[in-house]
Amino acid sequence: MAVISVIEAVRSAMQEEMRRDSSVFVLGEDVGKRGGVFLSTQGFLDEFGESRVIDTPLAEASIMGIALGAAFKGMRPIPEVQFSDFVWPSINQLVGEAARARYGSNGQLTVPMVVRIPYGGGIRGGLYHSQNVESFFFHVPGLKVVSPGTPYDAKGLLKSAIRDDNLIIFLEHKKSYRLVRGEVPEEEYTIPIGPSDVKRQGSNITVVSYGLMLHHCLEAAELLSQEDVDVEVVDLRTLRPLDTETIINSVKKTGKILIVHEDNLTGGVGAEIAAIVADQAFEYLDGPISRLCGPDIPTMPFAQSLEEAYLPNTDKVASALRELAQY
Amino acid sequence: MTQPRSGPKNRSARSSRSSKTSDTGLPRGITADDLIDYYKRMVLVRTIDERIWMMNRQGKVPIAASSQGHEATQLGSLLAAEKDGDCFLFTYYRDLAVKMAAGLTPSQVMKSFMGKEGDPYSNGRQFPLQGADLDHKIIQLSNVVAAGLTQAVGYALASRMQGDDTVSIVYFGDGASSQGETHEAMNFAGVHKLPVIFLCENNHYAISVPQKSQMAITDIANRAEGYGLAGVVVDGMDIIQVYEATREAISHARSQGPVLLEMKLERFMPHTTDDDDKRYRPAEEVDNIRQRDPVITMGQYMTEQGFLNQEQIDEISKEATAAINQATDEGEEAPLPDPSTMFDHLFKD
Repeated sequence: MAVISVIEAVRSAMQEEMRRDSSVFVLGEDVGKRGGVFLSTQGFLDEFGESRVIDTPLAEASIMGIALGAAFKGMRPIPEVQFSDFVWPSINQLVGEAARARYGSNGQLTVPMVVRIPYGGGIRGGLYHSQNVESFFFHVPGLKVVSPGTPYDAKGLLKSAIRDDNLIIFLEHKKSYRLVRGEVPEEEYTIPIGPSDVKRQGSNITVVSYGLMLHHCLEAAELLSQEDVDVEVVDLRTLRPLDTETIINSVKKTGKILIVHEDNLTGGVGAEIAAIVADQAFEYLDGPISRLCGPDIPTMPFAQSLEEAYLPNTDKVASALRELAQY
Repeated sequence: MTQPRSGPKNRSARSSRSSKTSDTGLPRGITADDLIDYYKRMVLVRTIDERIWMMNRQGKVPIAASSQGHEATQLGSLLAAEKDGDCFLFTYYRDLAVKMAAGLTPSQVMKSFMGKEGDPYSNGRQFPLQGADLDHKIIQLSNVVAAGLTQAVGYALASRMQGDDTVSIVYFGDGASSQGETHEAMNFAGVHKLPVIFLCENNHYAISVPQKSQMAITDIANRAEGYGLAGVVVDGMDIIQVYEATREAISHARSQGPVLLEMKLERFMPHTTDDDDKRYRPAEEVDNIRQRDPVITMGQYMTEQGFLNQEQIDEISKEATAAINQATDEGEEAPLPDPSTMFDHLFKD
């Protein structure tokens, strides 16, 4: 198996699907000649031509509205939001329109559309190139939210997303693009949207995470194993619909749970998981439902010291796990 | 009825009144029978519109936006779209006449306004006649004004990619013309010369805010030039002029690119049944605009041309009332949507 990066996995998934299905096309800022600011569409213009690789004006609301209109006519658009921070002007088209189109037309309309959003910090992006936007979409009925952490998952999930007949918010942690590498099979595969993946088996504590933070959790779990604490790591992969069953089964086994995300603490994905665990596994708990998340300040300060202070990392996860282990 | 005004406002437009009139004096492509048919549709829409307003006062219809005063534009443009064939419509909330003329039955309209089972747009999930009516090639999702414009542009983009002849027509008001997405939609359509018509129903009010407080210009169509679009001002109270302008616009959109049609028309009623226009609109202004009631002027035109006599006009009115009476009964008798259906159609499996 070849070892590739997350960005290569993303590119490869789109390329294969565009070759397979002529209704798939990409649009966004700088996706053409430039190949995308992260090079996710590098080479696409040459291979697929400008009718399927559309450089748009810098106008996010229309990127989403146009993609939605094309989806109504049976195309499978993949609009790219250059940075998650720029998604806000398009929120009405995504949340107010696309996510409600099927429900609001009593099943007449279909929205086979994947919105790709590079998100997250740790790259000195400051307040406007680092944001975690997942909790906003996590709240919305009518769409699915996917956030892979590895090249293998990124490719398999993106291919499934493109074939899905519903609106998918596909979140790619931009720091993982080149940092995270992994094995990806040469042959065709897809990964279903929905199921999480237990990335490490363990019996003492469950840690639930996704995206880049997954890797800090895996590293911390390795550290804790040297201290005789056996940590199970659940990678959500899909945030909505949430794979409640895997989380609950894991907590029933371990009795303790730590939820780790880079996104702000309050109202984050972790808050919902905490409520579900309290509701469905209360009698199995042997410690407080714990969260290690970004603090409640705008993500993410620019100065190195402030950015580091904001972000969860391996040491912080390990400390939180030790504390929970000792409870 | 006045004769078509010659020449588009915007010289970049190619959709001037070049259409040949036939020997009958009618614009190309339509017959006296078409006009009789459309006169009947207009009377039917007006009758049901008035009935719906009354039913709101009776507590039977929660909300309605009236299309009274907009009928000539809505029907004239639909006639052009029907004659042309391949058009897909993105409407807005005041487009009852478009939706009915496109094929909805009075019974379906009543069920929709009463939030009953059998509303084809959303089966009672949304405000009346919002959602989609794909059988009649109409999408209208939301109440966020101008949201349909970029969607219509995307639909036109897909038409081009799929290699078909569909022209998107998106209806919106002068109020929506202020939205940022209107700019974005027209700009993108201009860049790619897409087959889309931006059909602005300018009734000079965004709820209570008059046009002079919305914009510094008189003709919204003038904005077309800034986007590389053809822009045309049309007397939207005159069904013949609307038909001709829309017909031209459709062929222009298909061959050369997008058109901004500004239909100057009047809103006879308050914004919705929840609004009170006496707070912001002088009574004499409403009296004055009603002098140009499109139902009356079209009726006069039909008799003047000898297409209908007064007896037939009266009969059409009677038939409309009978049809609406029956539709009202059907609406009242229809069941409410079953609460068990509330979770249906969130996703496509």
